[in-house]
Amino acid sequence: MTEISMAQALNAALRDAVKDDDRVLIFGEDVGPLGGVFRVTDGITADFGEERCFDTPLAESGIVGFAVGMAMGGFRPVVEMQFDAFAYPAFEQITSHVAKLRNRTRGALSLPMVIRIPYAGGIGGVEHHCDSSEAYYTHTPGLRVVTPGTPQDAYDLLRDSIDSPDPVIFLEPKCRYWAKETVSFTRDGAAMDRAVVRREGKDVTLIAYGPMVATALETAEAAKAEGWDVEVVDLRSLSPFDDETVTASVRRTGRAVVVHEAAGFGGYGAEVVARVTEQCFHQLHAPVLRVTGLDIPYPPPKLERHQLPDVDRILDTVARLQWNDEPAVAGA
Amino acid sequence: MSRETLAAALLPSPVPVRFLAEDGTRVDEHGGYTAPPPDRLVEAYRLMVLGRRFDVQATALTKQGRLAVYPSSAGQEACQVASALALTDADWLFPTYRDSVALVARGLEPGEILTLLRGDAHCGYDPTETRVAPQCTPLATQTLHAAGLAHAMRRRGEEAVAFALIGDGATSEGDFHEALNFAAVFKAPVVFFVQNNGFAISVPFEKQSAAPALAYKGVGYGVRSEQVDGNDAVAVLSVLDDAVAHARAGRGPVLVEAHTYRIDAHTNADDATRYRDPAEVEKWRAADPVRRLETYLTNENLLSGDDIERFRAEAETFAAGVRDTLNADVEPDPLSLFEHVYAVPTRQLAAQRELVAAELEAVEG
Ligand SMILES: Cc1ncc(C[n+]2csc(CCOP(=O)(O)OP(=O)(O)O)c2C)c(N)n1
Repeated sequence: MTEISMAQALNAALRDAVKDDDRVLIFGEDVGPLGGVFRVTDGITADFGEERCFDTPLAESGIVGFAVGMAMGGFRPVVEMQFDAFAYPAFEQITSHVAKLRNRTRGALSLPMVIRIPYAGGIGGVEHHCDSSEAYYTHTPGLRVVTPGTPQDAYDLLRDSIDSPDPVIFLEPKCRYWAKETVSFTRDGAAMDRAVVRREGKDVTLIAYGPMVATALETAEAAKAEGWDVEVVDLRSLSPFDDETVTASVRRTGRAVVVHEAAGFGGYGAEVVARVTEQCFHQLHAPVLRVTGLDIPYPPPKLERHQLPDVDRILDTVARLQWNDEPAVAGA
Repeated sequence: MSRETLAAALLPSPVPVRFLAEDGTRVDEHGGYTAPPPDRLVEAYRLMVLGRRFDVQATALTKQGRLAVYPSSAGQEACQVASALALTDADWLFPTYRDSVALVARGLEPGEILTLLRGDAHCGYDPTETRVAPQCTPLATQTLHAAGLAHAMRRRGEEAVAFALIGDGATSEGDFHEALNFAAVFKAPVVFFVQNNGFAISVPFEKQSAAPALAYKGVGYGVRSEQVDGNDAVAVLSVLDDAVAHARAGRGPVLVEAHTYRIDAHTNADDATRYRDPAEVEKWRAADPVRRLETYLTNENLLSGDDIERFRAEAETFAAGVRDTLNADVEPDPLSLFEHVYAVPTRQLAAQRELVAAELEAVEG
């Protein structure tokens, strides 16, 4: 077995889905001969034809709205939004229609479709290429929102998402596209809806997802030097939320820190903190803290390192979890 | 006006307006337009030479890692320069990421133009001073802003025009259509200038639109429309001068489509050989706008060998200045991240500023 990158794992998932199910169609901007700006759809048009993977006019609302119609017509569209901030023209279609059609039609119509969005920062992209938009989508009932942190999960989650009868917002962490691992293409079907413990530890649980999984794992290694045994939970599915896995972990460790790249205020981490607090209150030795992006518009490339949570910022936060029965310091 | 006459008045010329053939000789495909005066054409030529040199320099700077990315407008110099020349200082320009050469022609500092692409700041110049909106990346969104600002200026009794640049691909976005409609309904003094350079990243025009020309898109909205050979500087300048005059006179918006070609890849990060034939590029090189104007002006004795030498020398000096500016390592201040997020600073950001300040101090020791 050879190691492949996350982009290649996604490509394999798309190919296998197209092969296995005639209803699966891939379309979007530059996904055809170019293979997408990140090459995730590389070679699919050449191998399966224009009928299965094709370029559309440049219009995100058009792409998603068209996909709604095609899904109503019996296909399973997998569409690509070129970058996170460029999905916003489609926001109306996603929130008002993709998310609600099943409910509005009392189950008569369903929308099995996947909206793939390269998302988050860390790649030195200029303005509008690095938004973390998960909270907009997770706040919308009717959508499933998933994000892989590893190539294996990229393969499994994308296949599961394409099979899902409900619409899925599939957030691809751009900075992990080139990360490699050995991937097996036999699906165990367990990725969807389930968080996973990526690393076991007994002192504190780091809850991360997508681009921050790798950073959380790095932090766990670095924490050993401080004598802290850190557990890392990778959420994978942001909506629905896997309370079971997360709660079990926090109950074991008694401490938790949520890490994400998106701005903290009104962000996804607040939801995680609330749920963990509600369900683990009596086991918690300290308040659940967050390490997030700053509450500023995503900065220009030269300054993005100050925006992104890094090992130091996470370790500093872990240190504030009352290790010596000292009173907890309120978060900055 | 009857509906029929009104519709006819909106229709573009059946073939792109053109004064110069590819070899620089005069042709008569210019309908009722008159060629701009010689001094204007010589100035356009000077700026095109400057713009081309700037473009080559910026592309080189990406290779040296000085710019994060650069979308070249090589081959589109006639459109770029005419966009600046058609406007007065009171008019507003709404450029996209690709339109750096138009900003050079408008007289902005290269260092300030390139801060966006260099990664220092989202916009390096003062839009209110330059009357140039920040270079827009989300496609077609600026066209609505241009329509709104044009309407605002009119409401305030100003005679100024808003001029929005947009690519062929971006005309598929809903915002473009909404902008045309708003501008028409409000009779806003705005010029929409589409540089149809044949591609939206990898997607060729035939796959973007089934319209015979994008210029026809204005008619349905009640917007006067025109198409022009985008590699013929005489024609582009003449048509844009006319469009701006029309808008300025309060006669409503105008849509102009220039037929041109993107000689380089979408950006330095793109591989154009994946989606187009190099022979096609070579064909378009023969239609080069700079050479075409140079030949014409030389043949008409409006431009001497000395003039050409002088302009080239000026462009070299300019490029050296661009290099020096970009080679100077100026690190943006991390604490500037917290400035200008709100007009009224928030306590929340003040606390986060302290966090970053403490981190910086810890690193610097
Ligand atoms: C709303 C939106 N969708 C997608 C993109 C990504 N993108 C950047 S440039 C581009 C192609 C634009 O083509 P065109 O309008 O023809 O202009 P050109 O770059 O050729 O000048 C795309 C798809 C974007 N910037 N904004």
